[in-house]
Amino acid sequence: MTTLLICLPLAAALIVWVLPLNPVSAGSLSLLAALAEVGVWIQLLVRYDFTQGGLQFSERHTWIKDLGVSYHVGVYGFSVWLVGLTVVVMAAAIAYAWWAGRDRARAYMGLMLFLTGAIVGVFVAQDLLLFYAFFEAMLIPLYILVGVWGGPGRLGATLKFVLYTMAGSLLMLAAIVVYGLSKGTFDLVAIGPSSSDWIFLGFVAAFAIKAPLFPLHGWLPDAYRESSPEVAAVLSGVVSKAAAYGFLRIAVTKFPQPTHDFRAPILALAAIGLIYGSLLAFRAPDLRGVVAYSSLAQMGLITMGVFAVNDLGLDGSVLQMVNHGLVSATLFLLAGMVERRTLTGELGRLGGMARGRPALATVLLTAGVIALAVPLSSAFAGEFLILAGVFQRGWGWSVAGAVAIVLAAMYVLRMVSAVLHRDVGPAVSDSALDLRPAELGVTVPLLACLLALSVWPAAITQHSFHGDHGADDVLTQFK
Amino acid sequence: MISKPHVDWFALAPVNSLLVATGIALLCAVLVPRRWRKGTAATVCALGYTAAFGFAVAVYVKSPRPTGVVADAFSRDRLTALATMIVAGVGLLTAAVAYHERAREDHVSEYYALLAAAGSGMAFFVGANNLMTLFLALEWFSISLYILCAIDRDRLGGLEAALKYLVIGSFGSAVLLFGSALVYGATGKLDFTGIAAAGAQHNTLLLFGLAMLIAGLSFKASAAPFHQWTPDVYEGAPTPVTGFMAAATKTAALVVMLRVLVTAFPANAHLWTVALAVISVCSLVVGNFAALVQRGVKRMLAYSSISQAGFMLIGLSANSALGGRALLFYLIPYTAMSIGAFAVVAARERELGVPVTFENMAGFGWERPLFGVAMWAFMLGFAGFPLTGGFVGKFYVFSAAYEHGWTWLVIVGVLATLVSLYYYLGLVRAMFMRRTEDLQLAPIGGSPPREALLQTVTVTCLVVTVGSFFAVQPLIDLCRHAVNSLLF
Repeated sequence: MTTLLICLPLAAALIVWVLPLNPVSAGSLSLLAALAEVGVWIQLLVRYDFTQGGLQFSERHTWIKDLGVSYHVGVYGFSVWLVGLTVVVMAAAIAYAWWAGRDRARAYMGLMLFLTGAIVGVFVAQDLLLFYAFFEAMLIPLYILVGVWGGPGRLGATLKFVLYTMAGSLLMLAAIVVYGLSKGTFDLVAIGPSSSDWIFLGFVAAFAIKAPLFPLHGWLPDAYRESSPEVAAVLSGVVSKAAAYGFLRIAVTKFPQPTHDFRAPILALAAIGLIYGSLLAFRAPDLRGVVAYSSLAQMGLITMGVFAVNDLGLDGSVLQMVNHGLVSATLFLLAGMVERRTLTGELGRLGGMARGRPALATVLLTAGVIALAVPLSSAFAGEFLILAGVFQRGWGWSVAGAVAIVLAAMYVLRMVSAVLHRDVGPAVSDSALDLRPAELGVTVPLLACLLALSVWPAAITQHSFHGDHGADDVLTQFK
Repeated sequence: MISKPHVDWFALAPVNSLLVATGIALLCAVLVPRRWRKGTAATVCALGYTAAFGFAVAVYVKSPRPTGVVADAFSRDRLTALATMIVAGVGLLTAAVAYHERAREDHVSEYYALLAAAGSGMAFFVGANNLMTLFLALEWFSISLYILCAIDRDRLGGLEAALKYLVIGSFGSAVLLFGSALVYGATGKLDFTGIAAAGAQHNTLLLFGLAMLIAGLSFKASAAPFHQWTPDVYEGAPTPVTGFMAAATKTAALVVMLRVLVTAFPANAHLWTVALAVISVCSLVVGNFAALVQRGVKRMLAYSSISQAGFMLIGLSANSALGGRALLFYLIPYTAMSIGAFAVVAARERELGVPVTFENMAGFGWERPLFGVAMWAFMLGFAGFPLTGGFVGKFYVFSAAYEHGWTWLVIVGVLATLVSLYYYLGLVRAMFMRRTEDLQLAPIGGSPPREALLQTVTVTCLVVTVGSFFAVQPLIDLCRHAVNSLLF
């Protein structure tokens, strides 16, 4: 079943590439595949035994015998949720791309499906080399997706994105070689913990760049601004979660001693990123900038939760990964919808879009309100858990987090009012339509997921780790 | 009456089948009418390579234990057989790439005869078991290649390339020959095991000889600092020949380096491992940084081949069975990617009629999706991305370096890979991401010719490149048995 989750989108991608379909049928086929993928995931969710926890649906085949590398996949409780986030956001992104009509549709759709398979692979791989292979494979479609269908500055943006990411990834490759060979296996479940600071830092470098953590976020604004809205949604919503997952599954779990030693600096970087990102989001002149920098801030928060390494922090960070994935994907898609109507994302040239456009106003406001973590929202639950968790490591960290939550309210409300309220901006023409049914069809399911999580955040927090004790799971290395 | 040694014709069958092909192809020049000449010569050459491949497979299967044949001048073992398979595969693909290449219709049968001759020389080279046959085979295939470079006399830069290759190549051969003489002087032996058994590892003559042997072979493998001829020759030679040189010559040179160093100089391993590590680092630095600034695709690929030699030398410098396996495995996707990349370059070259640069690759990926996607895969493979065998190859050489205790070499390799991304992905960028107005669309006169042969070659290379990522274990087993022919 896990293999099916990986192979279904890859096979669909091949079909879309090879068959001479017209754009409409290529799009519908891809959407169908993406929805089928969601269906498979629902099957997985239903059949996963949360009371038992641990690794389930695992499959293992030898890949490279003499170095102890195998094709080993399987899911844990929290990976179920991350896979779910992936398939839902990817389906929404593919649906939006289809509706928006990207040129060279077959290539585009195929790459999106390929990306889906790669990201799912990252979340289910239980072998270090396999994990690395999927982690890198994500970059192959992203490079083309940003570089071909991006905005005017896309060439620089892709170059920066790839060089940054690969610098980290290759350090991780070196770390994987050293770690795996010194332990005699590359199996993530079987491999024992290590106390080597250098190996730990190799992994952290890769994840910190991909997340990104301050000060390694240089690639972020360009990549998020220049790519098409659905690719930006995937980048910030899902791809960044691969890094957070890596922190949780590998860095914290396999390197308890280095995690302890480096906790203060990493928490400090995360806190700086959190506040700095929030401030930049508040100052960002355009819609995408706000969402992009808020993404930097949120990834800082999630990293804090992971590196708190206690039950509350881990629960909160998994919940917040899903929340933030859904919220930022929704916001990027909405930004794309606004840009489509006004041809600009500059906040100074927008405004007054609520008048006569109730659907847009409602959807944007709902997404915004969840993003700023009002009480009762799922984001509030996640952030609260993270702050409570990190409080146990020192009250100062929670203060930084709380300050950032206030800042979040400021930047979200600034963005919402700049788009919806105030006077009608010069770029907003009266003929700009309200959200079309198709656009609602893309955004409303994402919001519905968020609202469902707001009603029942425990769906994730109580079903991520064995017996709801994340810290124990990490201590026993998810055995 | 001179007593003749027993000749194991079976072991020599790959070499001989190519020699026969050479002879028949040459006869084509006089016996076959002009209209049929090209087809016949190309078919003969291709059949020769196919036969060589088949015989090499048979030798591989039937030679589980290494033996020396023809008075120990040639080794019949799985290493020879595997290397011959790679060379024969490359030769076959090259014959297909070259088929529509020839601008001139004269000398076409000589062209294929020389291609087969070069292949037979290499097949002999990889099995050479003493310094005499080593040098003989080296000259055998080198001379064929010198002529192949120059055979298109009206090609821009062709003669210059050939002359440069001849002069520098001869210098390399001379260095190798002088080194052999010194080794002989120090040990009184020509065969590799005899040299190892002579126990002269502290003899200064032997050390100089060893250094010169490494230098001479590095010329052929185009590893820095012995690479100066590479960019000009690769640029000036006909594109199929360039692909052949990049893939087959490098394979032969590296395999022979592995055999000579491990068999003849085990006692000096502490010296030559360091020497190879230094050469490897030089190649990585020179190859990668020089490739960054190239505008011509063939020149970029030339520097890239230097850096790839650096990666393979990492495996070699580990002086272990794992390192040998890493080298041999790396060669399989590497040769496929090289031939494939040059085939794509050849396709563009024929379409435009001018040397291919990054600028005029613009839009190529969308115009000819098959070639575009294949080139994308080859570039990702060179850069060591997953889903290509290049990734597994890099993983193996890094593993070998780590097992040898050289983590620093792993770090150097990783950094070199990072630098290489700029130009490998730069080509992808040129092919796919340029704006429509930058596109230099195919010249007016209809769509470009459908070249079934070129497409077949590209698809084959693509299959090998991607397949070697998935089917690692069978290939590794193949390499393991080959390396076990040597004494580690």
